[in-house]
Amino acid sequence: MTESVRVPPAAPAARVRERKPLRVGPLSTVLRPRPLLVLLGGLVALVVVFACDLALGDYPISPLGVLRTLLGGGDAGDRLVVLQLRLPRALTGLLVGAALGLSGAITQAVVRNPLASPDLLGVTSGAGAAATAVIVTSGTLGGISGAVAAFGLPVIALLGGVVTAGLVALLAYRGGVDSFRLVLVGIGMNALTVNATLWLLTIGETQDAGRAMVWLTGSLNARDWDNVVPVGLALLVLVPLTLLGCHALGALQFDDDTVRELGVRVNVARGALLLSAAVLASLATAAAGPIAFVALATPQIALRMAGVPRPPLVVSMVLGALLVVASDLVSRTLFGSLQLPVGVVTAVLGAPYLIYLLVHRYREVHT
Amino acid sequence: MSRSLTSGDPSGSDSASTRTARGEETPSDAERRQEARPDGTARDSAPSVDRLNSRRRRRLLGIVVLCGLLLLSCALSILIGAKLIPPNAVFEALVATSSTENNVIIYELRVPRTIAGILAGSSLGLAGALMQGYTRNPIAGPSVLGITQGAGLAVVLAVFTLGITGMLGFIWFSFGGALVSALAVFVIGSIGRGGATPVALALAGAAISALLQALTSALVLLDRQSLDTYRFWKVGSIAVSDMGLIQRVLPFLLLGLLLGLASAPGLNALSLGDDMAAALGHNVARSRAIGVAAIAVLVGGAVAMCGPISFVGLVVPHIARYFAGPDHRWLLPFAALGGACLVLLADLVGRVVSRPSEIQVGVMLAMIGAPFFIALVRRRRLMRL
Repeated sequence: MTESVRVPPAAPAARVRERKPLRVGPLSTVLRPRPLLVLLGGLVALVVVFACDLALGDYPISPLGVLRTLLGGGDAGDRLVVLQLRLPRALTGLLVGAALGLSGAITQAVVRNPLASPDLLGVTSGAGAAATAVIVTSGTLGGISGAVAAFGLPVIALLGGVVTAGLVALLAYRGGVDSFRLVLVGIGMNALTVNATLWLLTIGETQDAGRAMVWLTGSLNARDWDNVVPVGLALLVLVPLTLLGCHALGALQFDDDTVRELGVRVNVARGALLLSAAVLASLATAAAGPIAFVALATPQIALRMAGVPRPPLVVSMVLGALLVVASDLVSRTLFGSLQLPVGVVTAVLGAPYLIYLLVHRYREVHT
Repeated sequence: MSRSLTSGDPSGSDSASTRTARGEETPSDAERRQEARPDGTARDSAPSVDRLNSRRRRRLLGIVVLCGLLLLSCALSILIGAKLIPPNAVFEALVATSSTENNVIIYELRVPRTIAGILAGSSLGLAGALMQGYTRNPIAGPSVLGITQGAGLAVVLAVFTLGITGMLGFIWFSFGGALVSALAVFVIGSIGRGGATPVALALAGAAISALLQALTSALVLLDRQSLDTYRFWKVGSIAVSDMGLIQRVLPFLLLGLLLGLASAPGLNALSLGDDMAAALGHNVARSRAIGVAAIAVLVGGAVAMCGPISFVGLVVPHIARYFAGPDHRWLLPFAALGGACLVLLADLVGRVVSRPSEIQVGVMLAMIGAPFFIALVRRRRLMRL
């Protein structure tokens, strides 16, 4: 306000505050301090929470002991607890959270809808329906049984998710990928698979329905290195590819004609981004079950914290990982022997924070 | 601009008319028609009035067809069931007041079920259309406001703490839970700067829904009895065998239907954006508060009666929009009637396909409705929100 008073009327009105450009060779970008600060803060918090997740539990180990064990020292008990029990579980949480956060941010940015999440691509519900079918039919109805079901559950969930996402994409494709049509087809497929899951829950025995409910809430119980490796490898490949491709996201905020004029191949860019989002989400779902709230909320939390106009990818990834690891810590330590599934705690931790940000809006942001 | 000024010039209008005859349109033609439209005297306005009339006729025809379909499905719903009763016996049972077996089946099972189906279908369909209108978001269904989750949590709490079972015991719990959660969402959505913007409402709803859902899941995982009640409640069913249940929610649903249908002009204004609606003289905050109240009462009543039938509120408005267009004065009745028809027909199919047991209406709705919906979406012309 005071500035506009000082500026004489003849001068060009309302000068945009300059930002220092950062140029490296042919690339140039603008340095924005706030998203960077949020990112750094998130990373620091993630390291702290991750360390706590390794140190705390029924058999507490000092932070120094954890560090020593990680570096190859420590006694046999420490090594067993940290390397075989806690590290795989914490790493699964971290990777799953990162994958879900990134996947949610991509989906919301491409579809341009703050309520969108990979669920809309049919991934989560498809995986849920496939897994529920196996769990419910395994014991009583004489379907796939025992060890095969237990071992194959992640694979079957992955297949269910990918097949459903493929069907959504196929059905929504009409000479191009239109986000609105994709959203509507996703709603339809989602309704189909969710209701199939509900129906399967009602025909099963209570025992099996209970097991299916635990899976459907998302859980990190008893995760070992077999769960970590596939998600880790996939993230290692997909994250750099996605971050390379995300320069098109800025252009995709406009309507199709404008995007074309800006020189972006709409269908290729949109299709590739959504495909990577679907694969990320189905891998995460296969590893830990559908942890519902992370993909929906972390992009919105990240966007409001960083003060940017569309969900920031890297910040969402870090915050997603933070949310899941923190929820795992809470669910393991605060409730004693109860061991609430992590999917319950993510919403209990994340929802109040999103509500706080909504109430405390310091900046009006629309997606 | 210069061309439209010389419209009195015979040569100019001649060339323009030959161009229109060849089906081409120049910018100046479009411009002139725009200028001619307000006073209605120019020759080009006649076709547009015709088009308007024909669209109105088509929509009226649609309403009539939907009413006919609703009557037909009512009749079928009373005629067909697990026990085969010939049509003339059904008719006799309807007019006579004896207490034969047929009479009991018709009066205590099929008639309440049909009424519940009509009420639940129309309420949820209308509430979904209102919800999508107020949040301007195609993904928004009644469950996005946290209403069904609130009702679900209340039901599970009633089982967990008080050991209540049976729908008649649940009804006030689930209705209360629905209203409280809707109120919470509205307050949170409107407390921040800028009031209850669509994005704030939708996000507050999503956050509250997730929170309530998580609490419900935790309770259900703790308690076997709660899980057993919840998994059947969650699917939703219109097999209401008690007229008392219907009578208790009926006044609320009727109030909600009235409020909802009356909010059509306000919704039309809001669909232009908040600023435009305010400039047109609408009280944006008031109309949004009325809308949320209508949605809460409609969904709360329907969920208390039948459980969450999730598909109706989300998909029926899209189907209705395809036939009725974006004008809410037509869209809302289309959605209400369409919802009622769809619920009754799906329930009917669910009763017929796996006799003598039945498949719940929510499941059947998704199985029939979703493919139909996807086929509709794949058509060339997309009805955008």
